[in-house]
Amino acid sequence: MIAPLPPVATARSYRPPGSLVIRIEGVTKLYRMGAETVHALRGVNVEIRRNEYLAIMGPSGSGKSTLMNMLGCLDTPTGGRYDFNGKNVAHMVDDELAEIRNREIGFVFQTFNLLPRSDALHNVELPLVYAGVGPAERRERALEALKNVGLGDRVHHKPNELSGGQRQRVAIARALVNRPSILLADEPTGNLDSRTGEEIMALFEQLYDQGNTIIVVTHEEDIARHARRIVRLRDGLIERDERPGA
Amino acid sequence: MLLSEILRMAFRSLGVNKLRSFLTMSGITIGVFSVIGVMTTVSAMRGSIETGLSFLGVNMFQIGKYPNGIQLSGENRRRVEQRRNITLEQAQRYRQLMEGWSDVVCLKVFNRDGPVQVTYANRKTEPGVNFGGTNEHFLAANQYSIEAGRNFTPEDVDLGRPFAIIGQDVLKRLFPSESPLGKMIKVGSRTYTVVGTFAAKGSNFGQSQDDIVMTPITRFLSDHGAARFSITIATQAPSQEVYNETVDRAITAMRMVRSLQAEDENDFELYSNDSLIAVFAQVADIVRAGALVISAIALLAASVGIMNIMLVSVTERTKEIGIRKSIGARSRSILMQFLIEAVVLSLSGGMVGILLGVVTGNALAVWLNAAVVFPWDWAAIGLLTCTIIGVTAGLYPALKAARLDPIESLRYE
Ligand SMILES: Nc1ncnc2c1ncn2[C@@H]1O[C@H](COP(=O)(O)OP(=O)(O)O)[C@@H](O)[C@H]1O
Ligand SMILES: [Mg+2]
Repeated sequence: MIAPLPPVATARSYRPPGSLVIRIEGVTKLYRMGAETVHALRGVNVEIRRNEYLAIMGPSGSGKSTLMNMLGCLDTPTGGRYDFNGKNVAHMVDDELAEIRNREIGFVFQTFNLLPRSDALHNVELPLVYAGVGPAERRERALEALKNVGLGDRVHHKPNELSGGQRQRVAIARALVNRPSILLADEPTGNLDSRTGEEIMALFEQLYDQGNTIIVVTHEEDIARHARRIVRLRDGLIERDERPGA
Repeated sequence: MLLSEILRMAFRSLGVNKLRSFLTMSGITIGVFSVIGVMTTVSAMRGSIETGLSFLGVNMFQIGKYPNGIQLSGENRRRVEQRRNITLEQAQRYRQLMEGWSDVVCLKVFNRDGPVQVTYANRKTEPGVNFGGTNEHFLAANQYSIEAGRNFTPEDVDLGRPFAIIGQDVLKRLFPSESPLGKMIKVGSRTYTVVGTFAAKGSNFGQSQDDIVMTPITRFLSDHGAARFSITIATQAPSQEVYNETVDRAITAMRMVRSLQAEDENDFELYSNDSLIAVFAQVADIVRAGALVISAIALLAASVGIMNIMLVSVTERTKEIGIRKSIGARSRSILMQFLIEAVVLSLSGGMVGILLGVVTGNALAVWLNAAVVFPWDWAAIGLLTCTIIGVTAGLYPALKAARLDPIESLRYE
């Protein structure tokens, strides 16, 4: 059993936007498939500030994942400019990008992407290993992160001994353990049933309340509803940028 | 990132594929085992072989029809076998020629007619006693000493008296509770009076040196047919300084005795403790070189195996690499992870090889009555080689892993 979670807040909290974290300008992405070229992004502009809770919406194939991978410094744009915390990502060397992925960004994938042979604790400790945190502090912080996502009693379970929702919680704990500036989640509920998906979204709500900045990619209106701002993508372009709650 | 973290990761992932890791390691183990085993055996045996081969007294060299301690092959063996025997007359001529320069010249000959059994009253020895004829210089030549009774005198030898000096093994068998001196022992149908006993010498190459009966050489030859035997002559140089000169004189004297013309080659062999040890050293070097070649080949094959397994591992773990990179692993950390894995594979294979090699080599040494050794130098070289192999074989796969694109590798299934 996972620890009970607080219900989705009926009166939703709202934190005023803080400093600029992400700024992209005219970003394009081309994929070359033999003779054919796929324009996954055709010139996207967006600014994201601390304390935002943003959903990127759009139909399948609209370029959501491509954009998200770029924001997560996992992929590089073909054209345009991406500044993270005021620094142009194109000018960063590999090690700086690794550092950003390690300390500034927590990435949550649709397919969890946990190390299958390591238990929950070790999976959550891993970013701290690469951050050079010592074993004792690492363990303590990983345990705390697991407790925070309601998995305090599952720390020695391997991914295949956990349910889908629990796996995603481990992945979220891993994304947050190094206290990143921003949490990126690409269809975090895509592999979960709707009830479990709601639980994960409740967790995101709670994380937002705790002061995290969150970007969620989804193609489901129900999921996007949780966010304070929704960016709609279509065919590689931003169609609309709305703030329903504001 | 700390080395201890990387090591932990390496052991963790090698533990996942235990059988594969073990098989990959075993190539290295075999390569290291063969060289360490041989080196251990050779160094363990060197001491005992050197004392074993040093049976001659100080500053002594020996002349005989056959070279000692060397296995001759085809051509050479035939040439040596065609040589004339060194007869007693020739040996005595040689002795006369050396007189005034070297006074310690031992003539000796040993039985070649199969196992010898010595009997006294109703007691008898095991068959296989060393039975031979010699003169008063046998003690100096072969490093024996008299325990009871006396040595042969020149007179005993000149007159061919039927006397015998017996070793401790023979003594214990035939005279467990009485003095052997003056007693008549029988070798075959011949009877000899015991005039002395040799002090114990222990064994050499697992063979007792106390299982011996010596008689005056003249007596031995007349009893057993002089024509069939070739005499071996041991000569002692008066001092180390004149050793080489003595050898030169001995060769000249021997050539005269053998009536060789200026153009003829020596038809006898001359050897010393040192030359025998040198022959052993040469054989040992060949064995070592052989072991090195074999292990080099095995290690080369093993390092190809490691590289192969590491490449497979990088491909299989593409997703894992993507995950690690996505949470902030630097390329260098990934490189080190795979490199250390290869080094751990290779080094643990090497350590097992060293362990097995030392154990096997020493077991062999103990079996051959040699002292136990640990070849630190070869173990160190082995570990260093394994490290180099691990780095070399692991470098390309590790670079390949480190250079993987994070998003491409995350997509890999
Ligand atoms: N690695 C790739 N190679 C080629 N085309 C790709 C690749 N990744 C995405 N695409 C294409 O780019 C477009 C956008 O994909 P994606 O960003 O995954 O969309 P979404 O996540 O919104 O479904 C799609 O047409 C997709 O086929
Ligand atoms: Mg997608």
